[in-house]
Amino acid sequence: MISRFLLQNMDKRGYVFLALVAAIGILVPLLNLLMPVGSLFHVPTSTMSLWGKYLCYALLAISLDLVWGYCGILSLGHGAFFALGGYAMGMYLMRQIGSRGTYGNPVLPDFMVFLNWQELPWYWYGFSSFPFAMLMVLLAPGLLAFVFGWFAFRSRVTGVYLSIITQALTYALLLAFFRNDMGFGGNNGLTDFKDILGFNVQAQTTRAALFSMTCVMLIAGFLIARGIVVSKLGKVVIAIRDAESRTRFLGYRVDRFKLFVFTVSACMAGVAGALYVPQVGIINPSEFAPANSIETVIWVAVGGRGTLVGAALGAVVVNYAKTVFTSGFMAPYWLFALGALFVFVTIFMPKGIIGTARELWEKRRKPAPTVTPEPAPAE
Amino acid sequence: MNAPNPGALTSSLLYLDGVSVSFDGFKAIRGLSLTIEPGEMRAIIGPNGAGKTTMMDIITGKTKPDVGTVMFGGSVDLTKLDEAAIANLGIGRKFQKPTVFDFHTIEDNILLALKAPRSVARTLFWQTAAAQAKRIDDILGIIKLGDARDRLAGSLSHGQKQWLEIGMLLAQDPKLLLVDEPAAGMTDGETAETAVLLKAIAKDHSVIVVEHDMGFIRELGVKVTVLHEGSVLAEGPLDVVSANERVVEVYLGR
Repeated sequence: MISRFLLQNMDKRGYVFLALVAAIGILVPLLNLLMPVGSLFHVPTSTMSLWGKYLCYALLAISLDLVWGYCGILSLGHGAFFALGGYAMGMYLMRQIGSRGTYGNPVLPDFMVFLNWQELPWYWYGFSSFPFAMLMVLLAPGLLAFVFGWFAFRSRVTGVYLSIITQALTYALLLAFFRNDMGFGGNNGLTDFKDILGFNVQAQTTRAALFSMTCVMLIAGFLIARGIVVSKLGKVVIAIRDAESRTRFLGYRVDRFKLFVFTVSACMAGVAGALYVPQVGIINPSEFAPANSIETVIWVAVGGRGTLVGAALGAVVVNYAKTVFTSGFMAPYWLFALGALFVFVTIFMPKGIIGTARELWEKRRKPAPTVTPEPAPAE
Repeated sequence: MNAPNPGALTSSLLYLDGVSVSFDGFKAIRGLSLTIEPGEMRAIIGPNGAGKTTMMDIITGKTKPDVGTVMFGGSVDLTKLDEAAIANLGIGRKFQKPTVFDFHTIEDNILLALKAPRSVARTLFWQTAAAQAKRIDDILGIIKLGDARDRLAGSLSHGQKQWLEIGMLLAQDPKLLLVDEPAAGMTDGETAETAVLLKAIAKDHSVIVVEHDMGFIRELGVKVTVLHEGSVLAEGPLDVVSANERVVEVYLGR
């Protein structure tokens, strides 16, 4: 039943995406581990980690596309869910350091010793356990999204007002996490990680495994998101996007449907954040910055919203461009380029890369598009 | 028709009494009273601003009245329920401006309206049963869009959208249909066909039709209620009502 749910009406684009991610997830770690350094086919560990980061962003983009592209909820605070998932993973990684920290305290992370704290705050309990931490990766963002959505959707806050309060949400969390007495490392965040599940996070094999795991989660996230959008629930969600009050008059409780996709999406963003942290090696409050969430919106718009695959593609393309741009002499102009890209896509490619490509493809196949708004008269 | 509801306070399907609502001091509805019997079809006419759409908003839960009673099926107080609950009780609504889901196919529009559990979990794991697929086919046949089922609703003409929306109402299978200007923007031929369609629907549903088109009302041949400034001005067969001096005065602005 579950496989039927996940694979129903899978289209060609979906299979190509799945095959591509699966291939990357297997080949890249193999080429990294088995090929000798200097070989043409060797993938350097740094490149692998960089692409691992892109793929985490791709998962974040898919989660945003689920709420924005399909349900019309323009969340400008999805970075908050990503960061919360990241912090949950970071807390686990901090607890794994044990007495190897600078101060050698077996229980307290370095920053707590530095702040002269005597004992672990209660909300750090349990994070030495990996399963508990993974549960929190889902629960922390999921619960926040549920509570936030509960109030917002029930009071029928929509459109730009909702966007603004999601933005305020992530900004408030940014300010909160900056404070040292929140107990999350303040300004510096969580870093200097040593082990994950007993393996050294810096080790090449661990990095290869994390990369593969990111691909697995990207595939899982895509399948879940797709399963949702092609189900009848997905049709209801699209109906809400296009004619909310009409949907309500059909007897659907719009707030509950929104709450469901918003919460699922937040959990997905949390998983993306959790995979991001061990590959990047740090999580700090800047991940809550409103600009990050807005950038995510740009990835989705560039790739093509309401397509899932496009969102993932947009995330990789824009971030690859960012890496290229910001590592050369053009670095100071990156934000201008990003802004220009967004304006360009909005005006000339409102359906994004995927949508535009499909239109061109259909035009080529049918040179004269015979759009018939009226059916042919009855013969 | 239906077995009398033991808790019923009235035998009417819909019962409005002394309903008033005002927006920023403007009284859109003042002391409106109206009853619809089970199986009845009623036409509601009135000049612009008479309160026709506001009345529908009150019945469907979009607007809460300031005072007054709104009872459905004899015992359910509609003023305490929201839109979704009222829709699930069996009150369907067609809007003045045809509102269909443009990015869904015609078939999916009907599927979304089809009477079925509306919960998140049930829709997530939904499988269309054979009987339901058959029902969708039947409705597509009735509204003559069977050949266009895979087209996006957004590509339909205005008249076809009106029909699709009527089809969605049928799929909902409500006890009471509220139909706001079904003939607006239609050709004469389409209008006549719509009247036939509505009359067929009225055989086993209660229907309230709001309409401006007198020819259309005449074709329906049902009891007419004239609204003016938020209350009932006259009620009766169209010939009697249109002979009423007050009605003529209101319509012609004398």
